[in-house]
Formats: sequence, C-alpha cells, structure tokens
Amino acid sequence: MPSRSHSRRHFLQFAAVGAGGFLVAPHLVLAQAATDRRFVFVIQRGAADGLDTVIPYADPGYARLRGALALDTAAATRLDGLFALHPALVETARLYAAKEALFVHAVASPYRDRSHFDGQNVLESGGSAPYEAKDGWLNRLVALLPKATGEAIAISPTVPLALRGGAEVGSYAPSALKEAPDDDLLQRVQQLYAQDAQLHALWSAAMEARGMAGPAVRQNPAELGQLAARFLAQPAGPRIAMLETSGWDTHSAQAPRMANQFKALDAMIAALREGLGATWANTTVLVATEFGRTAAANGTGGTDHGTASVAMLLGGAVQGGRVIGDWPGLAPGALYQGRDLQPTTGLDSLIASAAGECFGIEPERVARTVFPRVAGVKTLPRLLRA
Amino acid sequence: MTASSATKTAAVALNRFGLGVRADESLPTDPKGWLLAQFDRYAPLPPAWAGQPDSASRVTEYVDYQRALRQADATNELAMRQKLRNQTQARYRSAVNARVASALATPAPFAERLVHFWANHFAVSIDKAPIAALAGTFELEAIRPHIFGRFEDMLAAVEHHPAMLFYLDQARSIGPDSMVAQRAARLNPERQRGLNENLAREILELHTLGVRSGYSQGDVTEFARALTGWSIGGLPGLPPGGAPGTFAFQPMLHEPGPRTVLGQRYEQRGEAQARAILRDLAASPATAQHIADKLARHFVGDAPPPALVERLASTFLQSRGDLPSVYRALIGAPEAWSLAQTKFKTPWEWTLSSLRGLGWRDLGDQQLAPVLVQLGQPVWRPGSPAGYDDITESWAAPDMLMRRVELAQRFAAQAASTVDARLLGPQLLPAGLSPATASALARAESPATALALLLASPEFLRR
Repeated sequence: MPSRSHSRRHFLQFAAVGAGGFLVAPHLVLAQAATDRRFVFVIQRGAADGLDTVIPYADPGYARLRGALALDTAAATRLDGLFALHPALVETARLYAAKEALFVHAVASPYRDRSHFDGQNVLESGGSAPYEAKDGWLNRLVALLPKATGEAIAISPTVPLALRGGAEVGSYAPSALKEAPDDDLLQRVQQLYAQDAQLHALWSAAMEARGMAGPAVRQNPAELGQLAARFLAQPAGPRIAMLETSGWDTHSAQAPRMANQFKALDAMIAALREGLGATWANTTVLVATEFGRTAAANGTGGTDHGTASVAMLLGGAVQGGRVIGDWPGLAPGALYQGRDLQPTTGLDSLIASAAGECFGIEPERVARTVFPRVAGVKTLPRLLRA
Repeated sequence: MTASSATKTAAVALNRFGLGVRADESLPTDPKGWLLAQFDRYAPLPPAWAGQPDSASRVTEYVDYQRALRQADATNELAMRQKLRNQTQARYRSAVNARVASALATPAPFAERLVHFWANHFAVSIDKAPIAALAGTFELEAIRPHIFGRFEDMLAAVEHHPAMLFYLDQARSIGPDSMVAQRAARLNPERQRGLNENLAREILELHTLGVRSGYSQGDVTEFARALTGWSIGGLPGLPPGGAPGTFAFQPMLHEPGPRTVLGQRYEQRGEAQARAILRDLAASPATAQHIADKLARHFVGDAPPPALVERLASTFLQSRGDLPSVYRALIGAPEAWSLAQTKFKTPWEWTLSSLRGLGWRDLGDQQLAPVLVQLGQPVWRPGSPAGYDDITESWAAPDMLMRRVELAQRFAAQAASTVDARLLGPQLLPAGLSPATASALARAESPATALALLLASPEFLRR
C-alpha cells in the first residue's frame, strides 16, 4: 500500500494540552444523589508532605529535622501558636480566615508500609490492607445516599478506584480533539454496543456526561475546578465529585516543587468555590493523600516515604478556622519507627465523620457501611456547621 | 462465513501477541512458529531509531544548558527556558514517532510488544526533567538490546542508565559517612547531604521482588546505602570522574562498609556491592513470580491462571532468568491461545492496531505524541514509576471510549476513500466479526462511518 502521508498531512495536528500546575493533568469524577449537599474528594497522589502543608513551626523538632528544607515561617500564614500554612496556599489561607477551612494533622489511613501503589489502594478502597476491597469508599458512600432521578454519574478519563463499585458511575474529562463525532456516528456506536454489556454501560455514561459538560475546557487545575463546579452546581446534577492530582512525590527539589503543587491546588479550590457560587455553602471538600513523608529531609533536598500527613476539609459547610488532631510532636522518641510523623487520627474516622455530617447520616453508620473492613473507626467531634 | 480454527489461532497470534493485523500482510500458517521466528528477526536498532542521538550527548546538553541558565541575566533567561522547552518537546515527539514507526514497520510485532512491556515494567516518566529528552534513548539503550537476553542483564542496564538515575533521584544520593559527606560537614555543617531512598525502594518494589514480598524499611535503607556512588559523569557539584553523561561510579559518594540486605551480607566495595545485591534480587523466586505474573497478565488476561503463572515463574528460575525461555513457555501455554478476547486494548495498543490496520507504514510528518495524550496514555508519562496499569478497569472508561470514537472518526475520514471497511473488517479480525458489527458496517451511510465503526467495534477494542 502506498504511503498516504500527504493526504493525512493535517489531520493529527492538534496541539498537546498543557498540564497546568500539576505534573499530570488533574481529573474529575462525579456521582449523583437526591440531596442539596455536595461532597468533593481531592486525592493527592504521591504522598504529599503534611509537614510542608501545615507547618509545625513552633515544634522544636521541625527546624532541626528539616534543616535547609525548613520553610521560613515569616512568609507563611500563622494558623495558631503551633502551626502555619504553606505560603503558596493563599486562597486556602483566606478560607481559613473565613472559617471555611479545617486541617487535621497527623492523619493516616490504616496502611503502615511505604508503597505509593498499595497506599493509594488502601486510601481509595477504604480497606485495612492493600487489595482487600475491590470497590472504593466513595462508591459505597454513593450507595448510602437517597437516589436521584437517574443513576449515579461519574466524570474523568477513567474511574478511579475510590469510585469503582456497585453504584454506577461514569466519567468525563475535557477533550482537546477539535471536532466532536457527528451525531450519526454516535447513534450508530450506540447500536453497535447494544449487545455488549460493558461497552453499552460505558457508552451510556459517556453520552450522559457529554450532555452536562457544556463547552470544552482546558485541562489545567483552575479550569478543572470550574468544570467540577459546573456539574455540581446543577440542581439535577451530581452531588459527589472526585478530583485527582499527582506530582506530590518529592524526593528531591521539594521546596520549588511543593510551591508549584500548592499553587495549582489552590487555584483549583478557588475555581471550585467561585464556580459553585451559593452552592459553596453546602459543600465539603476533603483533600487527602496516601501517606506522609519522612520527618527529616533526605540527602537531596527532599523527603522519602513516610507515614502520617495532613488532611484538609474546605467549604462553606465546614466549621473551619481550626487545626485539629492530637499533635504527637517531632521529638526523636515521638516519631513513628524513628523517622515519620506518628499517626494519631484515622483518615477513615475523618471521612466517616465528614461525609456523615455532610449528608445527614449518622457518622457511626457511615463508618460501619463505608469502612466495614476497618476496625476501630471512631467518629470525631463535630466538623461541619450544624 | 465462519473462520477456520487455523485462522482463529492466527488471529490470536496477530492481535493478542502482536500489534494487530496489517491488511497487506498474509496470515501466518504456523502461528506459534511465526512468534518464535521473531526471536531471530527482531532488530534491536531498527531504522526508525537510527537518527536518535545517544543519552550521553543529551545529558551533557542538559547539564551545559543548566550551567548557562545559572549564568544568564534575567532578560535572557526567559528566552533560554522557552528554547529548552521547545527543544525538549521536539526531542520527545521525535522519539515517540521513532517508537511508533518501528511498531508500524516491524517484521517482529511480538518482539516490539515485548519492548513496550519491558519499558513499562522499568518505567521512567517525562514528568521529571530531564527525562523528556531521555525516555526514548533509555528504551533504545537499556531495554531494546536486552529483551531476548537475561533478566539480570536488562536489570543492570536499566539501573545504570542515566534516565533511571535521574528519574529516581539516585545520581546525587550520598552516603552519610562517605568522603564527600564528611568533607561537606566540615565545610558547612548546616547543609544536609545524604541518602535518597527512591531508587532502592522502587527496585525492590517494582523492578524485582514486588510489593509485599517481605523486604523491610531496613532493607530499603541498606540497599540505598549500597547504591550510593551510582551516579552520572559530569554533573555539577559532584566530584569529577567518568565520561560525561554516562553512568559513573563515584567512590567519594559511596557509603563505606559492608551492608546487609534481606539477611544477606555484602562485603563488596564500591560499585560491586550494589551490583551483587542486584544479581541476588534478579535470581530471587519473588522476582520470578512478579515477572511471571506481569507477563501473564499482559498477554493472557487481567487475572491470569495461577497454574500458568507458576509455570512461567519456574521457567524463569530454572533458566536463571533467560527471557527467551520464559517467552517460549508463554507461547507454549494452552491458556494463552483461548479464542475469547481476554484483554481490553490500552490506548497505545488500540492506536497502533488502528494505524497498522489502515496500512500506515510510516508517519510522514505527523506527530503521534498528542494523539496518545488525548487518548489518556501519553507515551513515557505514566505518572509514577509503577508504569501504566495492565487491566481493563484502567482503560475501559466512558470518556476514554468517547475519545477513541472521536479519533476513529478522524482516522477513518482520511482513509475511507481507499479502504472498504466491509472488506477490511474480516481481514483485521480473522477470528470473525460479530453479527452486530458486520451489520453495522454494512448499514453505515458512508465509507468513513463504516471504517470508524470498525475501529470502534467491540472486537477491535479487545485483543
């Protein structure tokens, strides 16, 4: 067959989409239910450093362990007598001042080893060990909510584990392909997949999401925040969203990389708040990572894999302006295995409490249903506004 | 019309083990023999790769550029950064095209698939500077020459390669009691210099034994100490030594003393110490199990039959990591020849099979990198050192399916004037089209729509 490169000269010449602030473009997934509350889960893939997020500036161990990596807390936002917020989290600091941001320090899932992939599996499945549960905690949460008009909806190029499971979810992410397929082709594909259970379900979800997404957006953090808001703000739209961010694995050059990561996260949160408008008052955003990093800086201006980290609750529904959790301290004897921040609060306890309060379900019931495999899920004192 | 069983077996060889049917090639009459013959037919350096500069020159260029950037004044700096970005992107795109072009033109598609498999097993990601300029040369230099050799040799080549040493932060990891650390502590006690565990951990977790195979944090740290000194020649801030841009063992960075990893004591000095550990890791039963599991998952199914994994693992151990022996065991396994389509193609696999199916032999001036970005699987950018997932759930998602349909329309629009989907369909899918697909192709209102439907059909999305 002769080469046809002339006839196809232009047809693949669309530009790559900029990745925005995160190393990999963030993704968004949504689910629908009959409630006016909104719950957003932002996963930080790569083990975000909690000691760089909510900085224990007044703990004498901090400067000693971090050395050159210790942040100049003159530039950071003081939260209280012990903690300061990373200076790049400007919008988040405003939320804190408006009492719409709450930080939980020394938090961890039940996972105690240091593999990203196993750690993310536990974080997303809500199990007590890797690969114990096949579905995700966010999907089990969807199943607890009163059903809306349709089935649950999901949006993103793939469905992350946290949202996989019995409750149906689809996915949507902005495409940079210039021409959408024509309607005739879409119809015919629908018929083509009618006999194929897997493709039929995927295609139906894709078509539904297409209808809700509106004009195409670029894949950068702020626009992803806007897109999430556009879905969540619709009266008949989804009530649960998941945003995936990555690039948090900072073994080297941590200072500049975390500043960029935080700027991107901040932009996404700000866009979400702005896009939600009045709905922000009913919204709870949980930001969490698979585990934390070593308390001490490593030899290459970064940190290695650790244990406890920080989780954030943001939103108009949050009773914010607080840093909670038992601070274990950074004294040599206080560190987990002599190297990591010691976990004192379970991430599952935080999730069960926040999600339960958000949707008006007793947190104990959420804990039992959403985390059936985890022993000792406690509920926390009130996190959201009554 | 039903396909004969010989034709169906050929379809498995071409679509599951290969990269998809190219309509201008005849079906192999002896499918297993066709796969085995590729062991000899494979070209480690195919013509498509011939023009790519080596890693050493790319690293040197990067180091020189960083140096110039530090000396530049503010007005020049922006332009210089932009120039580097453009240059790096051009290098990356050209390497992606070389990879695609070798997959289009190859007489050994099973071997090319093995290249893709191993490059993903030993994943580097262009997320991190300067990997965008190095990922292609990494594959060319550390993966391609070794796919028909011993696992241990590929492992050694990978862990010595500058792309991996940069990607997993090894190049500047320093032994806390090394000569460099001791001198630095005297000169500037404030500045911390020392160990980075990243490479050691991922070798254990991802490259060899596999996660949860019994190593401890202590093993990771000990291995990281043994690896200190594994670096790259010509890096600023490190002692001079070694050819610029290539692997260089830096004795001044190495942590002195014996190490104990997984209960085994290593008395070796210098580079030999971590080499000895790597050799033992390569020979471990856990490694055999890990590799067998991944190969079986890639070629046979998301949840491969345990008996098959056991057979592959024992072949790996008995042959002391001789990869052709393992591939022969795989090709000889009845489980691998099930006619049911067991794998959902990844975006990479779907794109290559589409282009091959439409008769592409070269890319002309087209750039394939942006296509793979839009389909959700940018080349050499898996986002983590674990590489891309190899199971259906990672790729069968609503939005990704929509993108494939969009792209199928685009491919089809260009090819439809010369290709009749009703004839092409049975050629690309020799095991047979479902009645639904056959009727959809026949009823399509235009040749372009028919072709798009063929590429988006359930049979073509799977292998």
